[in-house]
Amino acid sequence: MELFKNTNFDFLGKKWLFIIASVVLSVSGLTSILVKGGLKYGIDFRGGALMTVQFTSTPPLDKIRQAMSRKIKNEITVQNFTGANAQGQVEIGTELLEEKQLNANRQAMEEVLRETFGQPASGKPDFNNTSKEQIAARLRDPLARNNVPMSDQQLQQLAGAIADYVNSPRYSGLITDFNQLSGVPGMNSGVLDTIRQTFYLSQYHVMSVEMVGPKVGAELRQKAVLATLYALGGMLVYIAFRFEWIYGLGAVIACFHDTIITIGLFSIFNKEISMTVIAALLTLVGYSMNDTIVIFDRIRENLKFSRRESLESIMNKAVNQTLSRTIMTSGLTFLTVIALFIWGGPVLHSFSFALVCGIIVGTYSSVFVASPIVLFWRNYADKRGKGGPAPAVASRPAESARKSPARAAR
Amino acid sequence: MRKNLTSRTVFIAVILLICVFGIIGFPGSPSALVRNVKNNIRLGLDLRGGSYLILEVQVQDAVKTVAQQDIERLKEDFRKQNIHYASIDANDPQTVETANTIQIDVKGIPSAEANSVRSIVSDRYGEWILTAVNSSDYYLRMKPTELDQLKRDTVDRSIQTISNRINTIGVTEPSVQQYGSSSDKYQILVQLPGVDDPQQVKDMIGTVANLQITAVKEGPFASKDAALSQHGGILPVNTILYKLLPRGGSEGEQWFLVSRLPVVTGHEMRNASSGPGDLRRWDTNFTLSPDGGRRFATFTEANIGNKLAVVLDKQIVSVATIEARIEDRGRITGLGSQEEAMELAQFLKSGSLPAGVVYAQENSIGPSLGADSIHAGLVAGIAGLTAVVFVMLVYYKRSGVNAVLALVLNTVVLMAALSYFHAVLTLPGIAGVILTVGMAVDSNVLIFERIREELRAGKTVIAAVDNGFSKAWWTIVDTHVTTVVSCAFLFLFGEGPVRGFAVTLVIGLIANVFTAVFISKTIFDYELSGRRGMQELSI
Repeated sequence: MELFKNTNFDFLGKKWLFIIASVVLSVSGLTSILVKGGLKYGIDFRGGALMTVQFTSTPPLDKIRQAMSRKIKNEITVQNFTGANAQGQVEIGTELLEEKQLNANRQAMEEVLRETFGQPASGKPDFNNTSKEQIAARLRDPLARNNVPMSDQQLQQLAGAIADYVNSPRYSGLITDFNQLSGVPGMNSGVLDTIRQTFYLSQYHVMSVEMVGPKVGAELRQKAVLATLYALGGMLVYIAFRFEWIYGLGAVIACFHDTIITIGLFSIFNKEISMTVIAALLTLVGYSMNDTIVIFDRIRENLKFSRRESLESIMNKAVNQTLSRTIMTSGLTFLTVIALFIWGGPVLHSFSFALVCGIIVGTYSSVFVASPIVLFWRNYADKRGKGGPAPAVASRPAESARKSPARAAR
Repeated sequence: MRKNLTSRTVFIAVILLICVFGIIGFPGSPSALVRNVKNNIRLGLDLRGGSYLILEVQVQDAVKTVAQQDIERLKEDFRKQNIHYASIDANDPQTVETANTIQIDVKGIPSAEANSVRSIVSDRYGEWILTAVNSSDYYLRMKPTELDQLKRDTVDRSIQTISNRINTIGVTEPSVQQYGSSSDKYQILVQLPGVDDPQQVKDMIGTVANLQITAVKEGPFASKDAALSQHGGILPVNTILYKLLPRGGSEGEQWFLVSRLPVVTGHEMRNASSGPGDLRRWDTNFTLSPDGGRRFATFTEANIGNKLAVVLDKQIVSVATIEARIEDRGRITGLGSQEEAMELAQFLKSGSLPAGVVYAQENSIGPSLGADSIHAGLVAGIAGLTAVVFVMLVYYKRSGVNAVLALVLNTVVLMAALSYFHAVLTLPGIAGVILTVGMAVDSNVLIFERIREELRAGKTVIAAVDNGFSKAWWTIVDTHVTTVVSCAFLFLFGEGPVRGFAVTLVIGLIANVFTAVFISKTIFDYELSGRRGMQELSI
């Protein structure tokens, strides 16, 4: 099966259409960033506290916000996740202006949740927010009183089994009825009754807490941006060394273009830039660079064999020759990323969103951004420098050594 | 190229066996297999659940402590040599960044004594540099090398103390290490797998735990004012008032006037334990370092009958009377309950943090979220890979099997490398794996498309395969080296998660060159060997 055989599309002839599209996308992204007063950073870059809470059913978000604002003075954000795996998950974020608040904030948030959605008055601990160790410690005496005494080791084992059972994806750490525990290995009615008497069940389970001091956040952001810029610089130097400097520049501008558009889309869709998103951006830079080099490599190869043709038609030929590969690779990578986007869960959501955008933009930027930059520069240099330098650099290292074994084998 | 087919096959087999061993070890049973895989492929806290804290060591505290101790020594030395002075003070740097500005100001030295001051400082205070402001005033600044050493020691000792404290509460596999690569960072990363509420650990680490054993001058007093009025509102030199930590049901506040200069400090405390004592009371035993023991012996010998106070964080946790000369082994007797004795031992044993710590970051990922993430990631990964395998097989038919095999082996080699390097797989690491898989697919596609082109141009199957591989080779080198170059920069300048991404990606790319080019070519060669005239290739 072959999809593209000897195609001959005039890709570069339509470059203006795509360049305009790129400019529109970049500008609207940048405008959105400007209008919204900068990028929306995640907790890890901005500094703040973020709590992910699983509720049995999504509660009114306003209720959470109001309850929180009684205890916490700074800005509070409450939003719920959407998606197949995130029913009833709510993210509560507060600002942190000082490192010193780090400790107090978590306690305040937990207290508010307990008062609003739990029964602190019952005097019992909440089963849905109790650690394995606490379960063991709390059950020791009541079990003995109910004539189901256990050795310390048995107790630890039981607590471990209960925790594993409740934390499995089936319950996600939140049970609504103590009878659901009957499936725990080693459970019997005596133990179950004791648990029922000792604990109560609240309507929520704290899944994760993330707190970052503002100083560390700013540092982390700065470092990530710097590392990315240095990495782009390193790639520019390598490509300039292997091809020509204008190729390096073209490739790096294309990557930059992809990053800008993806970040712009994040701003337009009101998504936060977090460390995970940076990892995704790094992935898309690697992907886009890979794509660009494959096409550049083919251009370089074609330049050696057909020196008479115009650079534009050589480029067109290279894009057409690699078209089948481009479609296959992009298509397959896209499939993987789409799977992550749909089934990957809330933690991977913004990560896969960045990759979905990045793969589309990254694929077309190789053809419509990187190549035109080289073309424009060549045409400009040719016009100015009467004849200009020879178009190709094309010194494939070990060219002859590479050919010989193949010939010898024939 | 078809030469060495046997040796290449053997080489590949050996490498793959080593890799498989790295992942599963020698499992004796299915459950051992699962256990080995879990041990070898270590998941980061973001996937497994757990807490991590990043603390900033307030190194300026340690610098100030040294300055204060040296001021006391200076005063003592000046007194011995009858050098008069108006004042000796240190400044008070408040942040980690300004720790280097520490300075001791010596004022009002008679000009005749200038030379003796210089020789005292150069002989006995080697870590300081003395500079004259004018004929009577001087300042001392710490040498930069000494400052760096002191700050590094402070961080090292904090790491030591914090790990000791965490180990006492029995967290499984905790890790306490320096965080950040740059030398001007004083951060500590504490990782606590499986702990979803680090409050207990944070309580244990404490904010500023400064342990001293010091002489009690007077007391107890019922209140601070009572103590102050005894001395007309001004405390005697080198003394300070501390309150005794209240015990349940005790008779109200107790204040003691104690010496500012401790006899021993927390870092000279080697061990402490509790045990039953006489008359149904409880004892706490402790051991001191040799150096601390020598000083303690001299002091206790001269002060039998006097009282000593154990001061933790500017609060007295215990007051005891010296009954005999104590060297490096001492016993505090007559404690009311086992809990009290155990708690005191804990206080003594926990050592003192040489400087306060500030929490810069705290993350807890509940085990349920970790399990959910792994589950969702696996479902998505399997769905994505199934689609890729399906398309490859339909599009490249028989040769697609080659590509799929290369992809699977790539993952095996990558996982084995992570296991051998004791690397931890985190979410950004998975991003690296995804890009690796993308580039692995791309390498195969590049080669296959080249082979197809050659076949279209009318080459024989063998020539087409050889040319396809050799022509795609430099493209693959260029894409891979470019990415490795960028990873090198990410590793050098990035931190934490960015580094994890870079490491995984580089390993994956090296594995990919091995699987997608070397192994894949060997399989093609094997299939074509002995069938030189083969006219068709399933691609």
